[in-house]
Amino acid sequence: MKRLMSGNEAIARGAYEAGVTVAAAYPGTPSTEILENIIEYKDCIYSEWAPNEKVAAEVAIGASIGGARSLAAMKHVGVNVAADPIFTYAYLGVNGGFVLVSADDPSMHSSQNEQDNRYYAKFAKMAMVEPSDSQECKDFLKEAYRVSEKYDTPILFRVTTRICHSKSIVELGEREDVEVKPYVKNIPKYVAAPANAKLAHARVEKRLLELEEYSNQSPLNRIEYNNKKIGIISSGIAYQYAKEVFGEDASYLKLGFTYPLPMKLIKEFSENVEELYVIEELEPYIEEQIKAAGIKCIGKEVIPKLYELNPEIIAKAILGKTYESKTLDVEVVPRPPVLCPGCPHRGFFYTMSKKKNRVITGDIGCYTLGANQPLEAMDTCICMGAGFSAGMGISKAFEVSGKKDKVFGVVGDSTFFHSGITGAIDIVYNKGNMVPVVLDNRITGMTGHQENPGTGRTLMGEPTTEIDVVEVLKAIGYKTVKVVDPCDLKAMENTVKEAEEATEPYAIVTKRPCVLIKGLPAPKNKCIVDRDKCKKCRMCLKVGCPAVFFKDGKSYIEQSMCVGCEVCMQVCKFDAIGRVGE
Amino acid sequence: MPLEGLVNKMNSVKNILLVGVGGQGTILVSKVLTAGLMKAGYDVKMSEVHGMAQRGGSVTTQVRYGEKVYSPLIGKGMADILVAFEKMEAVRWIDYLKPDGIVVVNNYEIPSMPIATGKAEYPHGILESLKDNFKTIVIDAAQAATEIGNIKTQNIVLLGALVKAFNLTEVDWIEVLRETITEKMLDINIKAFNRGMEL
Ligand SMILES: Cc1ncc(C[n+]2csc(CCOP(=O)(O)OP(=O)(O)O)c2C)c(N)n1
Repeated sequence: MKRLMSGNEAIARGAYEAGVTVAAAYPGTPSTEILENIIEYKDCIYSEWAPNEKVAAEVAIGASIGGARSLAAMKHVGVNVAADPIFTYAYLGVNGGFVLVSADDPSMHSSQNEQDNRYYAKFAKMAMVEPSDSQECKDFLKEAYRVSEKYDTPILFRVTTRICHSKSIVELGEREDVEVKPYVKNIPKYVAAPANAKLAHARVEKRLLELEEYSNQSPLNRIEYNNKKIGIISSGIAYQYAKEVFGEDASYLKLGFTYPLPMKLIKEFSENVEELYVIEELEPYIEEQIKAAGIKCIGKEVIPKLYELNPEIIAKAILGKTYESKTLDVEVVPRPPVLCPGCPHRGFFYTMSKKKNRVITGDIGCYTLGANQPLEAMDTCICMGAGFSAGMGISKAFEVSGKKDKVFGVVGDSTFFHSGITGAIDIVYNKGNMVPVVLDNRITGMTGHQENPGTGRTLMGEPTTEIDVVEVLKAIGYKTVKVVDPCDLKAMENTVKEAEEATEPYAIVTKRPCVLIKGLPAPKNKCIVDRDKCKKCRMCLKVGCPAVFFKDGKSYIEQSMCVGCEVCMQVCKFDAIGRVGE
Repeated sequence: MPLEGLVNKMNSVKNILLVGVGGQGTILVSKVLTAGLMKAGYDVKMSEVHGMAQRGGSVTTQVRYGEKVYSPLIGKGMADILVAFEKMEAVRWIDYLKPDGIVVVNNYEIPSMPIATGKAEYPHGILESLKDNFKTIVIDAAQAATEIGNIKTQNIVLLGALVKAFNLTEVDWIEVLRETITEKMLDINIKAFNRGMEL
C-alpha cells in the first residue's frame, strides 16, 4: 500500500514496522508529529510525553536496557538537554535497539539556533543515519535498529525540517515480529563507574572501526554513476536538491549512513570523477573529514553555510545558473507572528509593558511573542528554563551593583515542568530578588497543543494525576503564590504591584486556558467599537491584538477574529468598545 | 480516471506555491491537492512549515508533482502558479514565480501588526501591479465564502479557483474532498469548491 506521508509520519510508521515497543519524547518543532503519529500504533507501542528531553532519552535508554527496541525523539536543541545520558549510553551499548531522532531546523523556522547535530554523532561516538525522504525515513529506521543491535551502539537518526515536514509517497510494509529481549543483570556493562567506563571506552573505539567497515558496505550508502565530469557527495535533503539540479548530468555518492563515514567508498568515488563536490546543508561535516583524508573537493567554498539550501541556491553556487524572476514595485510590510486574538498571555504582557524599565527575562513558547511590537515586554529569551535562571543571574548582577529593581522571570506551564522548576528552586534557595511567573494556559501551546504534566492527560489519552503548579511552588518555599486571570487587567496590575513590594518569596501563576484548546465553551460575546465614541487615541492598538486595527481613521475590531477576551475593552478610556452578542 | 489533460503534463514537474497568513487554511488545501494529484498517478512532494509562523505569520506551502519529483522545495523563479490567500502575501512571494507564471490572488487584506498599530500602511496598487506583470486572476473568496455561509471556507473557494486556472479539472475533486474533509464540513466545502470553479 502507498501513502503520502510526512517524514515524521514515516518515522512513526518505521518505528512500528521495526518492532519498537517504547517511545518517549518532548515536543519541539520539527520533531513533534513523530510521537503524535506513533499513538496510531498504541496497541503495540507504549509512548509518552516526558517532561523534558533528558527524561525522554533516559526513559528510552532504560527501555533499551530492559530489552525493548526504543526510540526517543526531539528537536535539535533538545539533544543539548539530553546530551548527558546520551554520551554515556554510547559507551555502555544497548540491549534492545536504541534510536535517538534529532530533528534539526536549518533556517530556524521555529527555533532559536540552527546547530548542526551531525557533530553529536562524532562527539558522542555513536552511529548516525540520515534519510533524504519519507520512504527512507521508514526504511532506514528499520536498518538503524538492526545496526544498533548488531554493533551494540545507539543510533543518531538525524533529520531536518524539510525531511520532517515534507510529504512524499511511501510504500508501507509489515511490522517485524521482534520480541522484547530478556533482561539480564550486567553490572560491568550497565554501571558506568570509572573502572567499567574505562573498558567501555576501549570497546567504543573498536566498535567505531567495525562500524566504518559496515559503512563502506552499507545499503544506506550508494554510488550512482552517470556523467563522471562532476561527482557529488551528499546526504539528507541536500541530495534531493542536488538531484533536482543535476539529474543524470552528474554522478552521486549518496550517503545515508554518515557516521562513521565510508572513507573507502569516498576514496573510490573521488578517483572515478573529475571534479568532486560536497553538497551539504549547514556545516561542512562531511567535507572536513574528506579534506582531512587528503581528498580534494569543493564544498563550503561555494555552498552557503547559513540557512537551508534549495535547488536554486545549488544551481547558482555550482553552475552559476540563475532562474529569472520578477519583483513588483510595491512595498510589502513584514508580517511577524503574533499572539492570537484572545491569547491569555496578552493581558500579562500588556500589564508589564506599561512600565518601560522593568526587566523581564523570557523563555520559549507562544509567550516569546510578548517580545514583539507593540508589547516588547521581554528582555531575554535563551533556552527553555532560562526564563527563571537567567533572571536570577540578572537579579544578582543588580544586587552586587546596588540596584534594587526586582526582575520578573516568565515561563509557560510546559516550560515550567521542563526546566523551570529547578530555576524556581534556585530563586528561593539563593534568595533572588525576583518574581517567577508561570503563564499557565493549560497546554503546550507553541508546538501545537500537546498534553503536559499539568493537563491531567497522557499522550496515549489516559486521565492521570494533574500536577498542580501552585502546590509545587508552595512546596518549594514561595510564601505567596498568587493565581490571577491575566485578562482581568486590574487584578493583573495589582498582582504585579504586590509582587514588586513583597519582601518574602512571591510567585505569580496566570491561569487561563489557551483559546485554541478544543472543546472549550464558545465565547459568550465579541467586542465591537462604537465608532462615534472612538477618539482615535490608539490605546487599544497597544494590546497588539490582530483583530484590532485602524480602519478608515478609527479603531475597528474584525468580528470574524474577535473571541471576546475584552482586554482591548478594558484599556479604552472612552468606553468606545462594547460587547455584542450577549 | 480520465487523465488526458494531465498525461501531457506528466513529463515535466509542476510547481504550485500557496501563500497566506497563519490560520487561513493553506494546509487543508495542500492536503486535498496532494491527495488528488496522487490519485491521478503523479509522484508528489509537498513542503510546509509548522510552528512559530503559524501564529498569524506569513506561511507558504509548496506542492510539486510530475513523473518523478526529487526536491520537495523550490527556490526563486521556479513556481508555475502562485495562489495567494492574502493580497500582500502575493507580493511578498512573487519572486518565487516564473516570469510567465500565473497568479491567483484573493482580494482580501489582513493587516499585519506594523499596519495594525499604525507604524506602516497597507500597500496600495497591488492588484494593478500584479496584473501589469503577470497573468493574474483575482478572486473575491471572502465574499463568496460569506455568501455560502462560512467565511472559513475561503480556502476551498481558492482551491476551486486554482483547479480552474491550472486546468486540473480531470481529477474528480469532489470525490477527493469526500475522502479528506470531515462529514460535518463536507457539504459547505463542496459548495465552496464549486463556487471557486465558477469565479
Ligand atoms: C529544549 C527545547 N525543547 C523543545 C523546544 C520546543 N518548544 C518551544 S516552545 C515549547 C512549548 C512551550 O509550551 P508552554 O511553556 O506551555 O508555553 P505556551 O507555548 O503554551 O505559551 C516547546 C516544546 C525548545 N525550544 N527547546
